[in-house]
Amino acid sequence: MTPFGLYYGLTWAKIQEAMCLAVPVKIVSIDGDEAETEIAGVRRRVSIALTPEAKVGDYVLLHTGYAIGVIDEAEAEETLKLLEEIASLSEVH
Amino acid sequence: MKFIDEYQDNKLAKGLAYKITQRSTKTVRLMEFCGGHTHAILRYGIRQLVPKTVEMKSGPGCPVCVTATADLDKAIALAHLPDVIITTFGDMIRVPGSYSSLQQAKAEGADIRIVYSTIDAVEIAKANPGKSVIFIGIGFETTAPTIAASILKAQKEKMENFHVLSLNKLTPPVMKALLDSGEVKLDGIVGPGHVSVIIGSHPYEFIPQDYGVACVISGFEPLDILLCIDKLVEQIEKGEPKVEIAYPRGVKPEGNRKAWQLMEDVFEIGEANWRGIGIVPRSGLKVKGKYEQFDADKAFSVSPKPPREPKGCRCGDVIRGAATPVECKLFRKVCTPERPVGPCMVSSEGACAAYYQYGTPENLQGF
Repeated sequence: MTPFGLYYGLTWAKIQEAMCLAVPVKIVSIDGDEAETEIAGVRRRVSIALTPEAKVGDYVLLHTGYAIGVIDEAEAEETLKLLEEIASLSEVH
Repeated sequence: MKFIDEYQDNKLAKGLAYKITQRSTKTVRLMEFCGGHTHAILRYGIRQLVPKTVEMKSGPGCPVCVTATADLDKAIALAHLPDVIITTFGDMIRVPGSYSSLQQAKAEGADIRIVYSTIDAVEIAKANPGKSVIFIGIGFETTAPTIAASILKAQKEKMENFHVLSLNKLTPPVMKALLDSGEVKLDGIVGPGHVSVIIGSHPYEFIPQDYGVACVISGFEPLDILLCIDKLVEQIEKGEPKVEIAYPRGVKPEGNRKAWQLMEDVFEIGEANWRGIGIVPRSGLKVKGKYEQFDADKAFSVSPKPPREPKGCRCGDVIRGAATPVECKLFRKVCTPERPVGPCMVSSEGACAAYYQYGTPENLQGF
């Protein structure tokens, strides 16, 4: 990692890193089409102009200052369950 | 961090690796579209976890990398206009244009500012009413709605000094162009997870339908990528290519309708010039006539000298998946992150930068 990357620190290096990426942040309060969000203890104001349906407590995907989608927590659980099943099948062998 | 850490679990990764290895009998050639996926695949050592039957090629999903030199030269020329402030995402600053770079222009006195968000660009315009602020609008469908939102905000606030140089590009048309060229034979595509949060899964239907190629949309954590590869292998082994979402916590089949609405209001589809590929019809977004006061192409006229590509640079080949960075004679010897020759080494999503940063003999085995 270059000195420049180290300067940013872990969380923001991860967030600033790439345009492909979007980071899951939690909405702690909403004010019109902006929201106060939090990840790993870092707070940031984001626009929810693209996700007007987002509510306090939701996790949203943050990309260049905008929430681009609300994370479906039920689906997240399902995916982890599926992965656990796959892992347990591999242990049998 | 929630929704990140769980998808990095070692035990679950081993489980997926085992399943893929058991299932995969034929060689499968996969292309990951996104530069972010190329980086993640190398960073997390995905290659060591999947069997030798799985081959991976990197694709054109790096907005900085696919920006044509002529377009970058135009941005640099705009930077030299009087009373202009250029605002741009960070990576663009260091990309060598034909004769200069934005960084070079800044050193020569141009006012060029790196922004994290289009919101920042609009704020800079508000704070500098005597200057014209031009935002260099690179990106794919993940970023396009944020650019659309910034134009709508500027209109709402009756701003006259905010402009966008629209270099936004679209994902499905370039995938089609690559499949049509037949240059790289593919069995499956690792679909871009966050582009798909916006556009959903339907726009990729042509990939299995017209080309018999599997398409599975993936998230960016190591378990997401392994799960995607697992589903691609499954489809290919069965001979049943289709579009699947392996990132359901983020991607809905219908995508983000609100984001779509904003994009449709502000942009119209036109041709775009892709580095390494050329003009691809209906693959770029242009600012619609009704918002033309925010279109940098309408507000400013510059005539940069004819573009020239850096000698020996194989970015174009890397972007199309026709070569890997290690096959470029300049890689590491001449072209490094400190002294990049082409954009693929500059960009945090560039394949060359990924290979340089994460490449170890083990990691690069089989590339």
